[in-house]
Amino acid sequence: MNIVVCMKQVPDTWAERTLRPDDSTLDRASVDGVINEIDEYAIEEGLRLAEAHGGEVTILTMGPEKATESIRKALSMGADKAVHLVDDGLAGSDALQTSAALAKVLGRTGFDLVILGSESTDARMGVLAAMLAERLGVPQVSLASKVEVDGSQLRVHRQADYGYDQIEATLPAVISVVEKINEPRYPSFKGIMAAKKKPVETLSLADAGIDAGEVGVASAATEVVSFAKRPPRQAGTVVKDEGDGGAKAAGFLAAQKFI
Amino acid sequence: MAEILVLAEHDGEMVKKVTSELLTLARRFGEPAAVWIGPGSEAGRERLAEFGAAKVYVADGGDIQDYPVAPIAEVLAGLVARQSPAAVFLAATPEGKEVAGRLAVKAGSGVITDAVGLAAGDDGGLVAEQSIFGGAIIVQSRVRTGTPIIAVRPNSVAAEPAPAAAEIEPAGVEVTDAARAVKVTERVTAERGERPELTEAAIVVSGGRGVGNAENFALIEKLADSLGAAVGASRAATDAGWYPHQFQVGQTGKTVSPQLYLAVGISGAIQHRAGMQTAKTIMVINKDPEAPIFELADFGVVGDLFQVVPQLTGEIERRSGN
Repeated sequence: MNIVVCMKQVPDTWAERTLRPDDSTLDRASVDGVINEIDEYAIEEGLRLAEAHGGEVTILTMGPEKATESIRKALSMGADKAVHLVDDGLAGSDALQTSAALAKVLGRTGFDLVILGSESTDARMGVLAAMLAERLGVPQVSLASKVEVDGSQLRVHRQADYGYDQIEATLPAVISVVEKINEPRYPSFKGIMAAKKKPVETLSLADAGIDAGEVGVASAATEVVSFAKRPPRQAGTVVKDEGDGGAKAAGFLAAQKFI
Repeated sequence: MAEILVLAEHDGEMVKKVTSELLTLARRFGEPAAVWIGPGSEAGRERLAEFGAAKVYVADGGDIQDYPVAPIAEVLAGLVARQSPAAVFLAATPEGKEVAGRLAVKAGSGVITDAVGLAAGDDGGLVAEQSIFGGAIIVQSRVRTGTPIIAVRPNSVAAEPAPAAAEIEPAGVEVTDAARAVKVTERVTAERGERPELTEAAIVVSGGRGVGNAENFALIEKLADSLGAAVGASRAATDAGWYPHQFQVGQTGKTVSPQLYLAVGISGAIQHRAGMQTAKTIMVINKDPEAPIFELADFGVVGDLFQVVPQLTGEIERRSGN
């Protein structure tokens, strides 16, 4: 099975994240980059499916040069190889453009299964799996909390507010996973050493056959008009419980007309 | 007045609250037309009329409701092509956002998700407000290509009635076989009582690490029920298996924006704050006075939740006469 896991490098959630004042795009340079957390679950699921059914796991990343660190980590978890789409012209691309660029690369690599995390911790849109499935013309099986492959048959639990939906589709397909699906492994020492020798193909826009006019902040279909730091919340009232904390809390709720 | 399409969220009968909110919002910028996918439009029509839908485009038949996301995007794309609406509004639920994504590709239009407010810009176009990076930054953004497709978070606006005709019209869009490639064979409902849906609820009560185990979540549920609230949980609690994962509030779970959020035994790591920081009023109960969640609190109690929560629940029940 040819499994491609789409991975995004994101700013560490613990760092202070900002937008760049000149073009209102995410400032990726000033903060540490890490693998988007839910993508680690996507990588793990890819590895488990390849271990169970045979095949290869390819990591596909679009992002700046520094994303190489995250690619090495994904390879040290056990992925076989990686493709890194890296070009200054991609900076500031929106979801529509990103999905077009990734779909183009997926057309080159081929795939039986594309796996993504359900959303990234920076943009948090949760649209990429849907957009890729739409562009590639294959089934979209998203928000998976359990995945079973049987030949070309795919059975998935799709997380819902009320529980889950049992879903059926056939390969090739695009799936997105939620963190309930598994527990990602830590890279072993052997894995870290092996990762250094694994192939990483870097593609420029020209290499990937992507028209530079169709990506990047200048031609994005959405734009940031303005942004500002949220004003700090007004300090509230904090009381120490001296046997009447619950009653005082109820008093506050009553004053605010919640009860 | 230009038409604005509003994708109705419903359970085959009842219209969800967020749809009334979206109709209210749409009235400010044009004439709302609801889009109803699947059976039940006759039952839901009254509510759509109450909140100002001039029309209801219905796509029913062929078990369309058993195929998630793709058929809905096809119907909307067909309507966008035919009606040239001023915008399409959807609920910023996981599925709503996925529909928005597919529709954006089909229509070649820009998409904005998780809007918490909408205003008219200088050129009359829509400007959406978003709260990003765990609520640290407020962004105004707009769509500059195609028909604006905007997924709006529940509770972003108060629904106000303004009766309209809600004339039912067939959507008249053929759903292709390709859109039926993914089939729901069974819907499995977790038994969690009759509580409001987490992302829609006006009040959310969440429990975290301080709750200690699965059994103690009964305390959180009891407090929630006294307020007619939904129950949420922090990641620490869902990772420990104390509460089901679909109720996780935070960066890797649900984002909620209720009128009132009660955080019980939750320290308030950025991962949790990202999911609840846009709540209007925040109440905190935690034994650690240094817990970062107190920075967000409109009202906080430093104390043992096992003392404070039962007293609070009892007091709420007494005051509301239960």
